[in-house]
Amino acid sequence: MERLDVSYDKILHAYPNEEGSLIPLLQKMQATKRYISPEMVEAVADYLGITESQVYGVASFYSQFRFTEPGKHSISVCLGTACHVNGGETLLETFERDLNIKPGECTPDKKFDLNRVACIGCCALAPVVKVDNDVHSKVNVIKLKEIWTSYE
Amino acid sequence: MNKFTTIQKQCSVDWDALNNSGKTVIYLGMASCGKAAGADKVKAIILDTIKKYKIEAELVEVGCIGTCYLEPLMDIKTNGAPRISFGNVTEKNAETIIRKYIVEKEDISKRSLGYFGPKGLNGLPGFFEQPMLKDQVRVVTKNCGIIDPGNIRHYIANEGYAGLVKALSKKPDEIIKEITHAGIRGRGGAGFPTGIKWRTCRNTKSDEKYLICNADEGDPGAFMNRLLIESDPHALLEGMLIAAYTIGGTHGYIYTRAEYPLAITRLQNALDQVKEYGLMGKNILGSGFSFEIKIKEGAGAFVCGEETSLIHSIEGKRGMPRTRPPFPAVSGLNGKPTVINNVETLGTIPHILRNGPEWYRQFGVEGNFGTKTFSLVGKIRRSGLIEVPLGTSLRKIIYDIGGGTQKPFKAVQTGGPSGGCIPKELLDTPMTYESLAKVGSIMGSGGLIVMDQDTCVVDLARYFLDFIQKESCGKCTPCRVGTRHIVEILEKICQGQAEPDFLDKLESLSHLVKATSLCGLGQTAPNPVLSTLRYFRQEYIQHVDEYYCPALVCSSLIEYTVIKDKCTGCQRCVSVCPTGAITGPRSEPHNLDIDKCIKCRACYEICRFDAIAGNAIVISGRKRQ
Ligand SMILES: Cc1cc2nc3c(=O)[nH]c(=O)nc-3n(C[C@H](O)[C@H](O)[C@H](O)COP(=O)(O)O)c2cc1C
Ligand code: FES
Repeated sequence: MERLDVSYDKILHAYPNEEGSLIPLLQKMQATKRYISPEMVEAVADYLGITESQVYGVASFYSQFRFTEPGKHSISVCLGTACHVNGGETLLETFERDLNIKPGECTPDKKFDLNRVACIGCCALAPVVKVDNDVHSKVNVIKLKEIWTSYE
Repeated sequence: MNKFTTIQKQCSVDWDALNNSGKTVIYLGMASCGKAAGADKVKAIILDTIKKYKIEAELVEVGCIGTCYLEPLMDIKTNGAPRISFGNVTEKNAETIIRKYIVEKEDISKRSLGYFGPKGLNGLPGFFEQPMLKDQVRVVTKNCGIIDPGNIRHYIANEGYAGLVKALSKKPDEIIKEITHAGIRGRGGAGFPTGIKWRTCRNTKSDEKYLICNADEGDPGAFMNRLLIESDPHALLEGMLIAAYTIGGTHGYIYTRAEYPLAITRLQNALDQVKEYGLMGKNILGSGFSFEIKIKEGAGAFVCGEETSLIHSIEGKRGMPRTRPPFPAVSGLNGKPTVINNVETLGTIPHILRNGPEWYRQFGVEGNFGTKTFSLVGKIRRSGLIEVPLGTSLRKIIYDIGGGTQKPFKAVQTGGPSGGCIPKELLDTPMTYESLAKVGSIMGSGGLIVMDQDTCVVDLARYFLDFIQKESCGKCTPCRVGTRHIVEILEKICQGQAEPDFLDKLESLSHLVKATSLCGLGQTAPNPVLSTLRYFRQEYIQHVDEYYCPALVCSSLIEYTVIKDKCTGCQRCVSVCPTGAITGPRSEPHNLDIDKCIKCRACYEICRFDAIAGNAIVISGRKRQ
């Protein structure tokens, strides 16, 4: 396993070698590069003694895990109910058009990736858009452009 | 125990010194909603201002008091005056408020929302006298927005962990009796009596037992659990310790949503503190009872809020449900007896222990005792988190507490995607588990989405079913395939492509999915469809027969037009139109080319908020001729 990054080893050994470690391990792995690479899947499968398809089987069930490289900034448009009745879907459509990508994709210059999220708990200030760790509240299609253009 | 009594005394002294001495204190609401409204920036201004004017003041970061529409909230307490609160504080006005009130001692109390504590201030109303708050009863939210959630000493000074101390002096069976008598039912949605659940687990023999707090809060559009954890995490921990002691629990887990990073941080911090104070770990407060709690971060799946899926997720598997029985209280995590309770259920337990079951039974109505939190959102004037006695009518919640809607009220959705849509005629329905079921909805975990005439109920049903269909785990066919068909029918209706038999199909399919799905997700999924069909059938018929959306929401059924008489030709809409559909020289009424228009809403919004004319662009329905 010489292809394996040594830093993975450190992460792996922080968890007991049991089935219950799979999801926390994937979360820790994802935290390093903001996505799960094929090498990470291989490393985790190896460590837990399960097949790679078993790892994918679990990982792909959960929306938190992404398998493609993210952009420099992650845009998440809330499509929870409060945001929906206040126009969240129009915001997502506008982002799709402005950035010319679909949810789950990344702009060619790798600056932004676009995602849909089902509520981040700021429903009283709907509709909301999250860019990296900043939550922007009461967004409308006009304000939206100011938001993403403000990220370098 | 004696050592803890000493700690309690010290904490009370400290709390008193903070709030009742001559010291100047600034309290800032720093829950996620406050931060989204700009509290971080306000915090920076506060710190700069204190420095600039050499004010000797302490900044205390508190949680959210529930009036989210007034965020960010900043309270100030000065020498001789009570703590008073300012709402909608911004980067721009924070310095002015501090300078005028603290430095120049100007009487700006009129700008304040109200005072806290027993002592008033020249004619200012009490904070809790405000219309949004005066009908609320704060039990589980008592500390929210008042104390620093990052400081266990604030919690202890406010009777914190006194419920645990009491519990440890009682026999577990005695506690079960009290909880059963109090009549509290699970706040996660199903309303199962907590006392009975605990007894079942207690009576199941096993060397290991688990207690899991369900903090997955999957209802999109609800944030009761987030707010409670961010604002008062120790209430949850105290409730868990009491529950674990009662059922004989050996290991505890808190299963949280990954979308709530701040809640996770605050929980982790609170866990570190309880360990430090000897309230968690081995031989807690010398009682011989030992318990540890771990946080398990969910990975984003609505179905994982369902208890058997949640267990599978903790075990590292795909979060798929299984049939019950056996119930988790008999065979749960790793096959061991497991109690799963919601955050709010557990957060309420310490109050019942401290004040007794009779005290708790004074709130609510027979069979539905106690209080319940709701997140009041959507098209409501005063949005936020509220806590009311069960049995309170929807009308009281929406009008007296929420201040009603700007445009005419249409309906309210309770219970999230598993719930139903309740029309105006039924607003006197009391919030009890049974009466909500009677009108075709459920209590759920506490989401209340208010809709006005601009909300299309067909679109709403489509939205919910689309959500459920995407979240269906795929294990059983009725849910996996059935919800997909329902979504397709609803999409066609919204696009004006419906056929005459669609409503009948929709109804029979909904009943089928409801009756045959494996878990609660599928069994309740058709509720939004069935309830909207029941109360708003006419609106469906308009979509099907006339291709008309009366709320002007369904984009295939509407068009945008410029009212020539109103348009001043300011060109703001021309500049934002992404497709060049709007044209026209400055100062002359503009033209909108329907064929080029993609209905992105940009012109409409900019005309409303940022143009000279104000409302020269209108949306209208295209009725079938
Ligand atoms: C699809 C589905 C989603 C659920 N989501 C949640 C949730 O997010 N939070 C929660 O506490 N309970 C949720 N529940 C209910 C749980 O299965 C369980 O009844 C509850 O956590 C028990 O706690 P309580 O008795 O304190 O209410 C859900 C149930 C279903 C069927
Ligand atoms: S619905 Fe968007 S934050 Fe909750």
